[in-house]
Amino acid sequence: MDWTFWLEWVLKGFVLCLVLLTGFAYLTYYERRALARMQNRIGPNRAGPQGLLQPIADAVKLFFKEELTPARAYKIVFFLAPIVTVVPSLIIAAVIPWGTSFQLFGRTITLYVADINVGVLYLMSIASIAVYGIVLAGWSSNNKYAMLGGMRSSAQMISYELALGLSFVTAILLANSMRMIDIVNAQSSWWFVVIQPVGALIFWIATLAEVNRAPFDMPEAEQELTAGYHAEYSGMKFALFFMAEYQKMIVICAILATLFFGGYLGPFVDKFWFLGPVYMFAKVFILLFFMIWVRATWPRIRYDRLMSFGWKVLVPLALAVVFITATGILLAQELNNQLYFWAIPFVSIVAAGIAVMMIYRELRRKAYERA
Amino acid sequence: MTQLDFQTLLPLTILTVWACVLLIVDLFIPKNRKGITAVLAALGLAVTLSFTILQIGRENSGYSGMVVLDGFSTFVNALILVSGLLGIALAYGYVKRMGLERGEYYTLLLFSVVGMMLMAQAADLIVVFIALELLSIPLYVLAAFSRTSAESEEAGIKYFLLGAFATGFVVYGTALVFGATGTTSLVGIVGSASNGTSSLLLTIGAALILVGFGFKVAAVPFHMWTPDVYQGAPTSVTAFMAAGAKIAGFAALLRVFATAFPTLATDLTDILWALSAVTMILGNVVAISQTNIKRMLAYSSIAHAGYILMAFVPYGNKDIMPISIAAGLFYLVSYVFTNFGAWGVVIALEKSEGKGLEIGDYAGLGRKYPALAAAMTVFMLSLIGLPPTLGLVGKFYLFRAVIAGGYTGLAIIGVVTSLVSAYYYLRVVVTMYMKDGEPTTEREPMLDFTTAFTAIVTVVVSLVPQWLFLLASNAVLKLF
Amino acid sequence: MTVDLILFLILALVSVSTALGMLLSRNTVYSALFLVLNFVTVAVFYLLLGAPFIAMAQVTVYAGAIMVLFLFVIMLLGTEVLPASNILPWQKPLAGGLAAVLAVEAIYLLLVRARSVAQVTSPDVAINSMDNLREMGKVLFSTYLLPFEVTSILLLVAMVGAIVLTKKEKA
Repeated sequence: MDWTFWLEWVLKGFVLCLVLLTGFAYLTYYERRALARMQNRIGPNRAGPQGLLQPIADAVKLFFKEELTPARAYKIVFFLAPIVTVVPSLIIAAVIPWGTSFQLFGRTITLYVADINVGVLYLMSIASIAVYGIVLAGWSSNNKYAMLGGMRSSAQMISYELALGLSFVTAILLANSMRMIDIVNAQSSWWFVVIQPVGALIFWIATLAEVNRAPFDMPEAEQELTAGYHAEYSGMKFALFFMAEYQKMIVICAILATLFFGGYLGPFVDKFWFLGPVYMFAKVFILLFFMIWVRATWPRIRYDRLMSFGWKVLVPLALAVVFITATGILLAQELNNQLYFWAIPFVSIVAAGIAVMMIYRELRRKAYERA
Repeated sequence: MTQLDFQTLLPLTILTVWACVLLIVDLFIPKNRKGITAVLAALGLAVTLSFTILQIGRENSGYSGMVVLDGFSTFVNALILVSGLLGIALAYGYVKRMGLERGEYYTLLLFSVVGMMLMAQAADLIVVFIALELLSIPLYVLAAFSRTSAESEEAGIKYFLLGAFATGFVVYGTALVFGATGTTSLVGIVGSASNGTSSLLLTIGAALILVGFGFKVAAVPFHMWTPDVYQGAPTSVTAFMAAGAKIAGFAALLRVFATAFPTLATDLTDILWALSAVTMILGNVVAISQTNIKRMLAYSSIAHAGYILMAFVPYGNKDIMPISIAAGLFYLVSYVFTNFGAWGVVIALEKSEGKGLEIGDYAGLGRKYPALAAAMTVFMLSLIGLPPTLGLVGKFYLFRAVIAGGYTGLAIIGVVTSLVSAYYYLRVVVTMYMKDGEPTTEREPMLDFTTAFTAIVTVVVSLVPQWLFLLASNAVLKLF
Repeated sequence: MTVDLILFLILALVSVSTALGMLLSRNTVYSALFLVLNFVTVAVFYLLLGAPFIAMAQVTVYAGAIMVLFLFVIMLLGTEVLPASNILPWQKPLAGGLAAVLAVEAIYLLLVRARSVAQVTSPDVAINSMDNLREMGKVLFSTYLLPFEVTSILLLVAMVGAIVLTKKEKA
């Protein structure tokens, strides 16, 4: 290993972090503008042309805000919690491929930081330790509301992690590999969202819960918990939580794009390497819009329903989907008949339809009981 | 998976599927008629038992050498299934009377039996570990089954914590053995140990496994949980736990030590000797001061673990080992029947809220319920090892094997502690016949049947014990 | 080799000190956090040994799921800080004495018997290849099929047991 290797590595990591940080800043702008449009408002438009300098103004404001530490807080953990929250949201992006590779100064530079053969598992493990920051923030604040927010988020993240993991499995099965590059390359003819739309949907729902976004933003439900786990935080520490949440949104959309929407693949990407990041950016941009859309239109789910939806609907459905996918692939392979492979999306959609029907009936029964 | 694999585990597979199906069927059985679940569970055990008996004489290994089927496993499996049946028979009326009747009681019991059977057939340390967990977890839950009673909850949590700790020892030992030999298969271990030197790592691993199983079979100094758990758990659970966990623990110990660690005998024999001696002495001496019959029987069960451990002491001696292990198996059989009988009598006298469990409550039993008192007398005599009971024959075979192995000192300790134990066992008999009292008992047909059945077995088999010993000897014949 | 050795030494130091931190901390939340760090360190050990799958599984299962539940329970019970006083005053000296005996025994055994430590043969699965995972899956579903399947029964039993012990019975 020579020093250029290390240099390349460090530079790539640095660029990735910068992209994520800028992305975070402008995602807030994007979200506010999009939300405003949906609510018939204009949104931030004063700072700079079209309000484009608004994120910078916000950052400056947060820098100079007073930082408070509650007197009875567990100081060390209170200080560490925001860091513990931000770090996973940054390092999880390391395995996401943003493009193919290009030649520079006679060496091949790949557009991903790390290429490990258990890439998907890496995502799982980082996602699973992301919960610590929130739990610790809630606990160390020594505040009942914050604590309840932390509890809620840990329970919710653990519950939805199962469905999330199972939806990963569908993509792994289809690509026959856990490497992110292999998964992207396996989608060169068909995106996995076409073959396994239900898997993508489950991934989408589960990740919304994982990042505590609406309609699963119970940990920070203002009406019940003031602001949830970050009630006691202010200034830059608060900004770090904010940052972590939005970076997670970006990263999750990137993962979704990689696993189910063909990643950096698109027309002519094999000829012009710079198209890879462009396609990736476009896909992430569109997927982020859906997240904002959900937030603008969906009310919060009651907490007990959130849990029973996770355990009683999402996990069994995800299991069924994994089973259907595996069976379809195996049958297509053994009987040498592609028809079975193409039965996967239809059977999966039927399974999802059954799940929806059952929820509908259950809700109607409950409404009937109340009446 | 081949047909041979399937055949190796046929009874176990049947019971597993039966238990899973019963779990679902139980949902459709109305709350007040959970007796049906008990009958179905017993039926499952009976079917499995008949398949096990059909397997007599068959020998092969399956699932890439993970499990074996041989005379030893068939013998032990049959014994486990019989104790499962007896456990259900004891529970049938008891759980209803104590308000514990839930279908899961029987399914959990079945799963525990599955774990025990797997333990008897295990030929790989990984399977030993998983079987150990599978037999223990249902027992933890069953111990805490009486949720309204704080004692039962205490028993459950105590058993769970210490049991998990013990399992940790087994896993650590397994890891060290794997580190020393590069394999977890019992046959592989002995192969690797005989062509190299017996390494320190292997010895420590074996010792840790011994510690873990010492917990399970309640050998001193790993016995601390026994009195509290046996006292706190519902009595029907205690009876099953005392018998089943002991059989499975000793079966696994026998298999692991006889197959995998014979080369370590020079190191381990002294340890086993001391373990056995201490267990016998402490169990019997502490039992003297007990006034609660459940605690007394708990210490008695510790003491009997010591007697059975005697069978292990000469395990490194190729000539003596078959007899001594056969004697150990025989003693297990005698202990199982005596144990279930004694606990059956305890259940007959137990009232709700832990009443009727003092030895004083047995006063006058001899006059009022002569049959029950006679049965209890038989069990007490058997536990001491006096004629005409199985206990005597078992002890006779055991002591003979140990003396033949050259451990006369241990045999003397065994005899002396048996004499000591006569004091507290006979105190129960004296209380029943010589003291006045007005005991009341619960008459339940299943319970009466179980008590009578075990009493008859204890007496009758002791008159013609040779065939059973022959069976046990044949069972261990092919083990080596 | 040297880089590996240095890394190993650092990790060993971290893992031992986090383990000690877990034992010695009077605050159960800190204990749990030390344990998390310990698990992560062990995961890095696995990575060094060329077993990325086990490493990731270790992080996901132990650090990510089990310890979160631990924290959850500790926080819900509100028993973060243990009382400083000890109920059994003789326990500490006794434990110290026994530990000393054990240490002497271990040292004695190591010095006297260490020469007979056999050479360990590593298992013959291709550990370092990229096919690691595929190999592992195959082994899991062929050689270790039985333990794998029985584990599922074990989990079912544990689940039934947990529900039996905690679910309130409807009147």
